[in-house]
Amino acid sequence: MVNIKNLYKEFGSLMAVDDISFQVNRGEVLGFLGPNGAGKSTTMKMITGFLTPSSGSVSVDGDDIVNDPIKVKQRLGYLPEGAPAYPDMTTIAFLDFIAEVRGFKGREKSRRVDETIQRVNLDKVVYQSIDTLSKGFKRRVGLAQAILHDPDVLILDEPTDGLDPNQKHEVRNLIQNMAKEKVIILSTHILEEVHAVCNRAIIITNGKIVADGTPTELEAKSQYHNSITISVRAAADQANELRKSLLEVSGVYKLEALSEGDSGLLTYQVFPEANRSIIAEISQHIHQQKWEIEEMFVNKGRLDDVFRTITTGV
Amino acid sequence: MRFSQISVLFKRELSSYFATPIAYVFIVIFLFLSGIFTFYLGNFFALGQADLSAFFTFHPWLYLFLIPALTMRLWAEERKSGSIELLLTLPVTIGEAVVAKFLAAWAFTTIALFLTFPMWMTVNYLGEPDNAVIAAGYLGSLLMAGAFLAIGSSISALTKNQVIAFVITVVVCLVFILSGFSMVLDFFSWAPQIIVETISSFSFLTHFYSVVKGVIDLRDIIYFLSLITFWLFCTAIIIEMKKAD
Repeated sequence: MVNIKNLYKEFGSLMAVDDISFQVNRGEVLGFLGPNGAGKSTTMKMITGFLTPSSGSVSVDGDDIVNDPIKVKQRLGYLPEGAPAYPDMTTIAFLDFIAEVRGFKGREKSRRVDETIQRVNLDKVVYQSIDTLSKGFKRRVGLAQAILHDPDVLILDEPTDGLDPNQKHEVRNLIQNMAKEKVIILSTHILEEVHAVCNRAIIITNGKIVADGTPTELEAKSQYHNSITISVRAAADQANELRKSLLEVSGVYKLEALSEGDSGLLTYQVFPEANRSIIAEISQHIHQQKWEIEEMFVNKGRLDDVFRTITTGV
Repeated sequence: MRFSQISVLFKRELSSYFATPIAYVFIVIFLFLSGIFTFYLGNFFALGQADLSAFFTFHPWLYLFLIPALTMRLWAEERKSGSIELLLTLPVTIGEAVVAKFLAAWAFTTIALFLTFPMWMTVNYLGEPDNAVIAAGYLGSLLMAGAFLAIGSSISALTKNQVIAFVITVVVCLVFILSGFSMVLDFFSWAPQIIVETISSFSFLTHFYSVVKGVIDLRDIIYFLSLITFWLFCTAIIIEMKKAD
């Protein structure tokens, strides 16, 4: 539904967005990841028609944002970074204004506004002016403004930035509830959020896409993917012996000691050779050695580790 | 340009003046200063004439400082707070936004100007003025205010800083006021006569005073309207170019 083709944006000599192409379909919640200044916001600003691309195109169901901006903007909802609004307006006056610009009148307008206020829990601050609202409420006003017209495409630039854990949870629920019938593109720094709401993630750095897949696929790129954390009850002086014996297990690539103190617990992280699962081998080995196991689990991989590896090249 | 969108934006803009003290401060100061200028500097009573020329004469100078105070926030504030990103991703065009903001500011000035009606009542109470000339004066004043506002709109679009917008707008407006005076024309003494005449014909004062005298010349009206159009056009271009910064 949303089709982004060979998007470029230059600011002077800086290439902020450097050949980005992707497609998003209905039902997809796309997480946009990347370090600060990677080009996430710039890309979103081009998708919403605020910035004009240096070259390339953005289209929604075939309608181009540059050639047909009004038609596309009618179908878009956008929460800009920092959720700007008009601070001297009250919540209700602001949402009324948005509804009118979106072409709603009379009863339909008040129905939409009321419904949206319920949906994002703004009832308590309806008659307060926006500059007196807390950060969480301001963010919700921004979100209300973006979803008021029930858009097909929702673009959210850091929707949970600066919110407390409860508010984050609420916003994520809201996004999940809308996910089925919409295209949602959101940017975030918070990697757990990708797990919580996204079914697809794109990592960009220096204006280029460096990874694109489901959160699970991305995790599989982590060196921790399928590694095993294991705690054995044994004295510290047995450590060398234990290590040697673990390394001899077939499929084990390397091993990292997490703790070898005198607590009577030896904890290791055991890494498999590429694309192998070693849980069966390890548990068999433990069984043969008759070790006393305190804890053992398989790591799925860490998104932040993948993120760091990909974006810094370390 | 869609009228429906302009009217929605216009309504929001106009009510935003009254949501803050700006409107009240502006109106009170405008009325106060125009009274002072008329009665003290203009010697309204001593002139003994049944007209409002003493009142209108000082409007260009009054506008010189008050209008930039009104326009400095027009776009600078939107850019500073980031709400411009919200505004321009709504289904409105830049042209519609520029026109709506300008019209709201103009409507606000009209309200302020309308509130000077006690002046008109006073002169009608004291004598028998030619009310058609007074009406022409109001028309001229409004047109000139429009030109000041359009200039202010452009300059506000240039910067995020409202103080800078204010100062530059005052300077540019001053140039437009003074371009008929010798102090400006002397700068161009090297230029051919035709250029000097063109510059002097750009003066607000010449056009304004001829309307205030009650001579409604189409050329004066066209002068102000085309000036407004030109500066609004510039505003739209500046916003298109600078919105990314």
